[in-house]
Amino acid sequence: MGVAGLAFYLFAITSLVGAAMTVVSKNPVHSVLWLISAFLSAAGLFILLGAEFVAMLLVIVYVGAVMVLFLFVVMMLDVDYEELRGQMAKYVPLALFIGIIFLMNLGLAFGPWEFSETAGNLRAAPAPDPGEVHNTAALGRLIYDDYIYLFQAAGLILLVAMIGAIVLTLRHRKDVKRQNVVEQMHRDPAKAMELKDVKPGQGL
Amino acid sequence: MATILLFAPLAGALIAGFGWRLIGEAAAQYVSTGLLFLSAVLAWILFLGLEPGTQHIALFRWVESGTLSVDWGIRMDRLTAIMLIVVTTVSALVHLYSIGYMADDPEWKPGESYKPRFFAYLSFFTFAMLMLVTSDNLLQLFFGWEGVGVASYLLIGFYYRKPSANAAAIKAFVVNRVGDFGFALGIFALYWLTDSIVLDDVFAAAPALADQNLAFLWRDWNAANLVGVLLFIGAMGKSAQFFLHTWLPDAMEGPTPVSALIHAATMVTAGVFLVVRMSPLYEYAPAATDMIVVTGAVTAFFAATVGLVQNDIKRVIAYSTCSQLGYMFAAAGVGVYSVAMFHLLTHAFFKALLFLCAGAVIHAMHHEQDMRRYGGLRHKIPQTFWLMVIGTLAITGVGIPGTQIGFAGFLSKDAIIESTWGAGTSVAEFAFWLLVIAAAFTSFYSWRLIFMTFFGQPRDSHAHEHAHEAPLVMRVPLYALALGAVVSGMLWYGSFFGKHEQVNEFFAIPAHEETAAGAATAEGSGGAAGAGHGAVPAGGSHMTAAPGVAPEGAIFMLRGGEVMDRAHHAPKWVKFAPFLAMLGGLALAWLFYIRNTALPQRLAATFRPLYLFLLNKWYFDELYDALFVKNAFRLGRLFWKGGDERLIDGTINGVAMGLVPRMTRFARAVQTGYVFTYALAMVVGIVVLLTWMAISGGAE
Amino acid sequence: MEQTMTSDIPTGLAILAPEITLAVYAMAALIFAVYTGKDRLSGALTWLTALVMAAIALWIGMRAPAAREAFNGAFIDDGFSRFARITILLAVAAVLLTGKDYLDRGRLARFEYPIIAALAAVGMMMMVSAGDLMALYMGLELQSLALYVLAAMNRDNVKSTEAGLKYFVLGALSSGLLLYGASLAYGFAGSTRFDVLITTLSDGRVPIGLLFGLVFILVGLAFKVSAVPFHMWTPDVYEGAPTPVTALFATAPKMAAMALMARVLHDAFGLAVGDWSQILVLLSVLSMLLGAIAAIGQTNIKRLMAYSSISHMGFALMGLAAGGSFGVQAMLIYMVIYVMMNVGTFAFILSMKRDGRPLADIAALNLYSLHAPGKALAMLILLFSLAGIPPLLGFFGKFYVLKAAVDAGLVWLAGVGMIASVIGAFYYLRIVYYMYFGEEGEAIDTSMPPVQWLFLMATAAVMLLGVVNLLGLEPLAEAAAAALVR
Repeated sequence: MGVAGLAFYLFAITSLVGAAMTVVSKNPVHSVLWLISAFLSAAGLFILLGAEFVAMLLVIVYVGAVMVLFLFVVMMLDVDYEELRGQMAKYVPLALFIGIIFLMNLGLAFGPWEFSETAGNLRAAPAPDPGEVHNTAALGRLIYDDYIYLFQAAGLILLVAMIGAIVLTLRHRKDVKRQNVVEQMHRDPAKAMELKDVKPGQGL
Repeated sequence: MATILLFAPLAGALIAGFGWRLIGEAAAQYVSTGLLFLSAVLAWILFLGLEPGTQHIALFRWVESGTLSVDWGIRMDRLTAIMLIVVTTVSALVHLYSIGYMADDPEWKPGESYKPRFFAYLSFFTFAMLMLVTSDNLLQLFFGWEGVGVASYLLIGFYYRKPSANAAAIKAFVVNRVGDFGFALGIFALYWLTDSIVLDDVFAAAPALADQNLAFLWRDWNAANLVGVLLFIGAMGKSAQFFLHTWLPDAMEGPTPVSALIHAATMVTAGVFLVVRMSPLYEYAPAATDMIVVTGAVTAFFAATVGLVQNDIKRVIAYSTCSQLGYMFAAAGVGVYSVAMFHLLTHAFFKALLFLCAGAVIHAMHHEQDMRRYGGLRHKIPQTFWLMVIGTLAITGVGIPGTQIGFAGFLSKDAIIESTWGAGTSVAEFAFWLLVIAAAFTSFYSWRLIFMTFFGQPRDSHAHEHAHEAPLVMRVPLYALALGAVVSGMLWYGSFFGKHEQVNEFFAIPAHEETAAGAATAEGSGGAAGAGHGAVPAGGSHMTAAPGVAPEGAIFMLRGGEVMDRAHHAPKWVKFAPFLAMLGGLALAWLFYIRNTALPQRLAATFRPLYLFLLNKWYFDELYDALFVKNAFRLGRLFWKGGDERLIDGTINGVAMGLVPRMTRFARAVQTGYVFTYALAMVVGIVVLLTWMAISGGAE
Repeated sequence: MEQTMTSDIPTGLAILAPEITLAVYAMAALIFAVYTGKDRLSGALTWLTALVMAAIALWIGMRAPAAREAFNGAFIDDGFSRFARITILLAVAAVLLTGKDYLDRGRLARFEYPIIAALAAVGMMMMVSAGDLMALYMGLELQSLALYVLAAMNRDNVKSTEAGLKYFVLGALSSGLLLYGASLAYGFAGSTRFDVLITTLSDGRVPIGLLFGLVFILVGLAFKVSAVPFHMWTPDVYEGAPTPVTALFATAPKMAAMALMARVLHDAFGLAVGDWSQILVLLSVLSMLLGAIAAIGQTNIKRLMAYSSISHMGFALMGLAAGGSFGVQAMLIYMVIYVMMNVGTFAFILSMKRDGRPLADIAALNLYSLHAPGKALAMLILLFSLAGIPPLLGFFGKFYVLKAAVDAGLVWLAGVGMIASVIGAFYYLRIVYYMYFGEEGEAIDTSMPPVQWLFLMATAAVMLLGVVNLLGLEPLAEAAAAALVR
């Protein structure tokens, strides 16, 4: 087992443990941190596969942006998780029972798992040989050429998500003074101030 | 032209029924009457200018289902044309008459609107009747058949405030159902056997049917006889023949014009028409025709006996109608269909005349119908009197024996009696004697009616004083019908009962039929010879073996020609018998009701059981009540209380009010509103599906 | 290798032109409205969007009849997809127009509403045209996300927010299940394309892994059509969402999800009919019965319509469960009739109000026929049709699916369907009873703008006149089904 092998097992184990702890840990902040560690290990796995671009994407976008946002949200929200658990507790036996049957079913499926004869070739087909094409270029071709339709559809989904977020949360408050740049720029000093001749002894 | 003829009454019915609010009551009456006269004029033009041969006019496709293919069409031949003039003429005259008769009906409160409804029903009836007589297939015929049934029901129950009218309407409808059931079975059987209900196909297949058997009610029957009997049961219901006659006297609850139109001249003759129309079939069904002869003759006799003692003027005429229909069936049964049609035609005139005259009398006597309260009306309403005498002369058959001069009934009824004699079979001979006796009875009750109504002393002086002649609008139809009652017999005697050539030409029967028909009867093997005969006109001797061509001509007389021959050459006593019977009846009536008016009562007291038996119409109503009506009620109550309420309602209510609400409550309880409950339900669903698939799926 | 390289983007764009047009229109309208009148434009935008969608429906209807596919089979433009897309577009347009008045009254008339609805329509169009599991998922998510937002649109109303949240959480769960199923299918076949998936099944044997994938995918779709037991969100969401949105939920997305289901099952798993038909039979039976039984206890007409739609979906699933071309045809006919009935019924429900406030209590309809006999009659026809009483169109829809089931040998299923429709008739007739024979209560105001009135009367008239040849629907559905089931 060389360095690559060692690295694979290290990353693999870390990612599994991180995922498990995300679910298990009681403190939500801890959960988020565990998730970050799982993501980082996944990025490591990508590097081992020679997919540097995806690995960097994972680190920058997910760990750098999404997870940090998550952390902020979790810290801002004051949710009593214990209370939620308490209500769910009475369903635990039933859930366990169902879960076991579920697992047994999956065991039935994965135990004798088989592939179709053509599966291997088909699976390898979309990705070009890493030796020939740099993986960033290959990814670009896949996304913007082969799967442009799905990519654009994903874009539409995000657009809907954005509109939805605005529709559901944005409130125009009437009692807030807002800065209007255009108005400020076109302000006429001459009209801004009016001189009043105040007669003495009378006030305004 | 035929199309206009056909749909003018429908238009009249729709305009009068639905449009009277727009055009007013009077206009509705005039429009429907006018359209009917249009129809009548067209019908006469068609009748007089009818080209030989059968025309088929398809109006539109109607039913197309599997091998069942039916057009809405007109079959135009002599038979149709005769029925057209009868129906439209009488109907038009009755419409006109009704304008006067219904003008102020005491059954209705002032201000109530009933006239447009009445005229709409009348016109609708006429339309349905025309549908019936013009139809080119049995489905359309059945449609018209039921249409006239509905119209009859509506008109009998026209005075719906009278319980007796409602009961009579229901009775008519139910009794007709019995007949219609047979009729429908007959149609089904024909479709089953010949795979078609188009008349031509059925006729073409008729000879073959005579050799076929059909299993029905636990045994095999000859197909032609079975179908013939089933269809005749339908005809019995509609034409009020023995056993199914009980509705007709009760149907007199309807307004008198209705009785004249529907229950004398047209609808009740539909049965006769059906038998004549199906003549190509009946000619191969000897048992069925025998049954027709017997039923007809018995009805003629039975109804005449009952008519002897009735006191309600309309009921007397109703039984008379019943009796005359029996004559027609007897004629059709012995195979001289032309004579049946002849009597149908003449009967339509004089019976409608009698009914409308009776209506005029009733009108004059302020809607009093009991003859015992009449009397001495001769001077009060002389025109009606003379018209009614003409009708009576026609029905009793007054004429000069041995010649062809006489009132309509003389020629047609004597033709029937002679035909039954000419048929020569024992069944026909039995019918002959019954019919002669019935002729005597007919004469008696008809003159009894005249004498009780118009002669003697007024028995209800109050009503008598106010009696008045009917208005002109009511008298005009009477004169028209009276004309028909006098001359129609002499006019068409030759066409219906004259020489072969004349009759054949009239009904467009191919000339060489005589010999073929004669041969067929001589050999006594109807089937094979008939098939050969049918094929001959289609051409070529090579066709003779192939059955499946409908005979030409409006009616089909295999035996008829021979019977007619023998009837013409009947001995003198046969020809004089009905006339003598008529004279006997007249004399007796004169003795009883003019000469010695106390005699009838004494006679009734002496033969009280017989008198009561006749007065109560042979106790048919009581018998049916005990046999069918009571038991039907009992059965209905059993199903209603036991079957419907306890069994069906009980089960359904148990489920609906016990089980379902419980499940509903459960469904509501599950719907907690918590997301995790919902998610749990989903997961459970998945697990169940997965497990199931793991067990049952994918194996094959 | 060649397959992926031959992707021809311009051709694909041409094939996708209707979807692109609608999406571009939505974005342009969004930007325009944001920079100009904002919510003041909502009325005009609603009309415009409806017209654009109707125009696109017309356009799709007039395109060349040949079946084409774009983007490596991710998008299939065939007779089936065209039939479904036209129905969807017209349904969304109709619902937008009928709901406008309600939104105006409730001060909910936001300009984003028609735009999000248009984007949801794009998602539905993608769904029914999907030829690839990924495309399927994209369309589904686009549609679902838009609907989550719409459900919560009345954000000042607790019930509406709750509805949106519930729908979102459960929808996410179902999406996850669907994705899991898709990944199982991919794991087996090595491709997400339907036409590849079906070739791997050509020896007629379905390995259990793929079978589980099929189950998960079906579950994800069953959630969208609200088939029991994945229906639990339906009553709450129908009740909580603003009524126009409920009307939308009840119509177009149901058609889209149903069509998508037919698409996946026949295109990708068409050789495993015996397996998926069992699942559909179970879903169908449960949906029909529960929809009918649970609706009886409802007093809120929106909740009642939710259970009604569950029951109707059970019937549509019955057609699908029958398998074969006729089954799909029956399902399509059923769905189109269902959509029309719901458009009409909701046009009426949208107009129910008292003192300007919307009302959903069934008891408010007491003796309604005295106040507005015409509308009560139209409603009576629609309710009878929903209950499946002949000779109305709803009866023929049921007749077709029952016939499909009987033809496929599922006589007992047809029997259950008949029992369910008898039970279901109870609550439809109860509304009729209230309208015609109820007790005198507080009067209800159902004044409606011409558009609503038009849709109510038109659908009622269609239910009556549909007896004549189903208004030509049958051959269209037959052609669409034939395009799908080859």
